[in-house]
Amino acid sequence: MSKTIVATTSLAGCFGCHMSFLDIDEKILDLIELVEFNKSPIDDIKNFTKMCDIGLVEGGCCNDENVHVLKDFRAHCKILVSVGECAIMGGLPALRNTVPLQECLEEAYLNGPSVAGNNESGIIPNDPELPVILNKVYPCHEVVRMDYHLPGCPPRAELIWDALYALVTGDPLKLPYEVVKFD
Amino acid sequence: MNKAIDAIIKKYHQDRTRLMDILIDTQDAFGFIHESAADQIAETLDISRVDLEQTISFYHFFSQKSRGKYTVYLNDSAVAHMHGRKEVAKAFEKEAGCKFGGVTDDGLIGLFNTSCIGMNDQEPAAIVNGTVFTRLTPFRVKEIIKDIRDGVQVEDMFRASYGDGNNSLELIKAVVNNNIMKKGPVLSSDYTSGEAIKKIITQGPNDVIEEVKTSNIRGRGGAGFPTGLKWDFCRKARGEKKYVFCNADEGEPGTFKDRVIMTERPRLLFEGMAVAAYAIGAEEGILYLRYEYKYLQRFLESILEEMRYNNLLGKNIGGKKGFNFDIRIQFGAGAYVCGEESALIESAEGKRGEPRDRPPFPVEKGYLEQPTIVNNVETLCSVVKVIINGGEWYKKFGTRESTGTKLLSVSGDCRYPGVYEVEWGFSITDILEMVGAEHVQAVQVGGPSGSCIGPNEFERILGYEDLATGGSMIIINNRRDILKDIVLNFTDFFIEESCGSCTPCRTLPVLMKDKLVKIIQNKGVMQDLMDIERWSGIMKANRCGLGHTALNPILSTLKNFRHLYLDKIQKEIEFDTGFRLEEAVKIGKLVTNRN
Repeated sequence: MSKTIVATTSLAGCFGCHMSFLDIDEKILDLIELVEFNKSPIDDIKNFTKMCDIGLVEGGCCNDENVHVLKDFRAHCKILVSVGECAIMGGLPALRNTVPLQECLEEAYLNGPSVAGNNESGIIPNDPELPVILNKVYPCHEVVRMDYHLPGCPPRAELIWDALYALVTGDPLKLPYEVVKFD
Repeated sequence: MNKAIDAIIKKYHQDRTRLMDILIDTQDAFGFIHESAADQIAETLDISRVDLEQTISFYHFFSQKSRGKYTVYLNDSAVAHMHGRKEVAKAFEKEAGCKFGGVTDDGLIGLFNTSCIGMNDQEPAAIVNGTVFTRLTPFRVKEIIKDIRDGVQVEDMFRASYGDGNNSLELIKAVVNNNIMKKGPVLSSDYTSGEAIKKIITQGPNDVIEEVKTSNIRGRGGAGFPTGLKWDFCRKARGEKKYVFCNADEGEPGTFKDRVIMTERPRLLFEGMAVAAYAIGAEEGILYLRYEYKYLQRFLESILEEMRYNNLLGKNIGGKKGFNFDIRIQFGAGAYVCGEESALIESAEGKRGEPRDRPPFPVEKGYLEQPTIVNNVETLCSVVKVIINGGEWYKKFGTRESTGTKLLSVSGDCRYPGVYEVEWGFSITDILEMVGAEHVQAVQVGGPSGSCIGPNEFERILGYEDLATGGSMIIINNRRDILKDIVLNFTDFFIEESCGSCTPCRTLPVLMKDKLVKIIQNKGVMQDLMDIERWSGIMKANRCGLGHTALNPILSTLKNFRHLYLDKIQKEIEFDTGFRLEEAVKIGKLVTNRN
């Protein structure tokens, strides 16, 4: 039987969810038996080379590049999972959502105590290479359809493992009460 | 230690349960509740600072920052918008030179939005430093702002004559109009103060309750609980003391009939409270009055004084030994949810107006844990007529299930908005004809928490057996965009007014509003309509009536005006999050000069 193909990415995240994923320790040996990675920082494949079964997305969308990557994931993955708080709710980056974007950028580059007087040309970074910042940080499901949400900041290694294992094998995911009593 | 604040606290005997009064007086005296004032109040009353702040932050009319020497609260109700609120708001912003939600740089004028202030028949209306201004126009706004800059006191800003009836009395002096269009037993001028009291003191309390039961009168606030039964429960409940509350919070947008009753028939209302007190065995009564009606305070207090003088309140009322009862007025400070009886009691105890878990019901454990009845203004007034004329007489009005009359607050697209006292049992068509409404697209019966019905249901009748209502009736003609002009406004109202205690009520209206906006912007899909219907089931888990009905504006139009939604959604696709990259990058590109 061919292996399940998995892709992962970190959008507006801190890579903490990926690090947590690596915390499965020796199970990583089971993991490579279980799945094959495609586009992912884990194997450094930059672009999709084939259709994937599962896409794990860390982080929400704070710029246009995030949106393109996320849409690419949606186009190439049968199942898409929001992994962690930022993907699900926007997380820490979304703190800026309460401040209008213009004010936010001006504070960061023109008026903030650490920049005031040091940015004589008054430029807000605008190199064409730089992604364009979105008006607010969007959780993934507000941009494309997401199939599952895996909460946590980051989700524990075992939870990511159990969820992935359940998706690959089709077995139901065991969710004891301690795991779901978030409120 | 500030002496003025000390005096305020002493005035209320340093009583923690009178916190609302203390905060209202502080706010009125200083324009806001300064940090040092909050410290002083918390310390003197021996409550934690956090406890105090959660109460302050709960009510719209309390603030911890200055809201300007002159504070304008402009009504934001759907009907205000129908009558040109947008232009009026623009004029305020232009003339004052600041945006709504802010204060001018010189601290002179603050502009704020507020939920329905009970003036729907004379919109757009605003409250400026406690004084009500009605039928505002951009020109009138110019005059008001000029007066403010000239240092004119708000009381002296009226250019036109005062309103009709008692509104022109020295103690009220308001430009508010009663607009009484039709009178019945409650509003009838055929009433002599004290008549009911004279009658009950010859009877026992149980006879009074029996008479009320015979009349079959039910609560006029909207829920329709049988009044006699409520009194009976309370009479039988055990407690050291019992209390009579009159709910004059009248926060449901589009309702204003209690304002008219209190302006024109305050003696009837207070007598009703005395009758209730006699029936259940209470010695203290509280009129919980919404802050928006504070302009009636001096007048109502003078009536209480007059009734005390006439021995209709106080000790040994009407000469009956042991019949002692007096009333005080408790003001709210702007919170729709305080119209819910247990939230109202919490508020009167000086706390956040959050509804309580029930049971126990207020009739068992209410104000200060004692058996308490909470009755609507109109209910208490009707009861006086029941006592005077008998329950059988009262039953002649209305239908079998719904006896008596109902005061309707009619507003929106009609020629004669105002208060109509009609018998239960009239159809919507009858009412529309009476109020001069044409080309009617929909009628919002019972306010935002009620239902929005279309012409195919206009033959339904008003009554507990069919269309129950607390009296708000907003008429919407065919020039209006129901989703944008009405449903969105109502949903914003519920988002604003949720006390935040139960998760479904705190979060679902926000999520549903997002969906509604998405649909209005033609980005919706069928799935959105299905989500709305499926998710709304969880609203039953909320604790109070407000929570149960907070999605009604959307649900009732989705049921009765489904085509409006179907017309707006995209049919060719099944899924759309509504996200559009080109919209999301617009500001980012603009700020960095990239195109």
